Amino acid sequence: MNLGPHADFIIASYAVAIFVVAALAAWVTLDYITQRRILGDLEERGVTRRSRGKGHP
Amino acid sequence: MAVIDFANPTRFLKLANRLLPWLAVATVLTFAYGLNGALHAPDDYQQGATVKIMFLHVPSAWLGMFGWMLMSVAALGTLVWRHPLADVAGKAAAPIGAAFTLLCLVTGSLWGRPMWGTYWVWDARLTSVLVLFLLYLGVLALYWTAEEPGRGARAAAILTLVGAVNIPIIKFSVDWWNTLHQPASVFRMGGSSIDPSILHPLFAMAIAFTLLFVTLHLAAMRNEILRRRVRAMRLIQAQGLASA
Repeated sequence: MNLGPHADFIIASYAVAIFVVAALAAWVTLDYITQRRILGDLEERGVTRRSRGKGHP
Repeated sequence: MAVIDFANPTRFLKLANRLLPWLAVATVLTFAYGLNGALHAPDDYQQGATVKIMFLHVPSAWLGMFGWMLMSVAALGTLVWRHPLADVAGKAAAPIGAAFTLLCLVTGSLWGRPMWGTYWVWDARLTSVLVLFLLYLGVLALYWTAEEPGRGARAAAILTLVGAVNIPIIKFSVDWWNTLHQPASVFRMGGSSIDPSILHPLFAMAIAFTLLFVTLHLAAMRNEILRRRVRAMRLIQAQGLASA
């Protein structure tokens, strides 16, 4: 594939897009792992939400 | 079960857990198809191979504006109905919309340098998109710095609704003012001015980016619900310690 005389700009654009998408995916994944871990720690210590304690979903 | 029933956070979490793997797979497959089309699309007769930047730039621009419109609907839900899931939806969309707007600005600059001879001009289209990005940062600052989440959510919702006026300005800026940016070429009266050999990969990439946005948004909403549960449980724990 010949990207012509402006190949640097095209490659830079795709590199930035890959970085942004990877950063977003990493953010939601790591945040999910963190929140699950904290919730697990709290539940292990016997802390429960009021709504669950009263038998609601 | 009515759609409104999914506005219950617990039901929403179950739905999100079920949908996310399928959405992720659909996003990857659509990107594979779209990127294959984008990389093999013919060069533009004027812009040469730099037209390949369009496959990133245009979907990013659409999603930057879509994110704000989604946040505006969520802001109405926060201010009018005070529904907690509306606030969750708005807060989760803000960083994603900001990222797509930033991607639009960066790819636009990288496309502008070889085509216009400059990375940036203060014309109506570019400036209004920069304003959108700054508005996103403002909303994020309100969410992240408010000591009381409810107050931060209401302030962010008001800023979101005020900022919504910028969306039609972005859309019609190329018609209302003389700008270096080209006028609408995809959705316009009389049909698209883009050749189908380039238009089809563009639509495929737009669908792929939209699926990515929906997947990330759903995942970020799930995280935000979990974060609020953590906060509620910590408050209960603190109350228990204080009364002990």
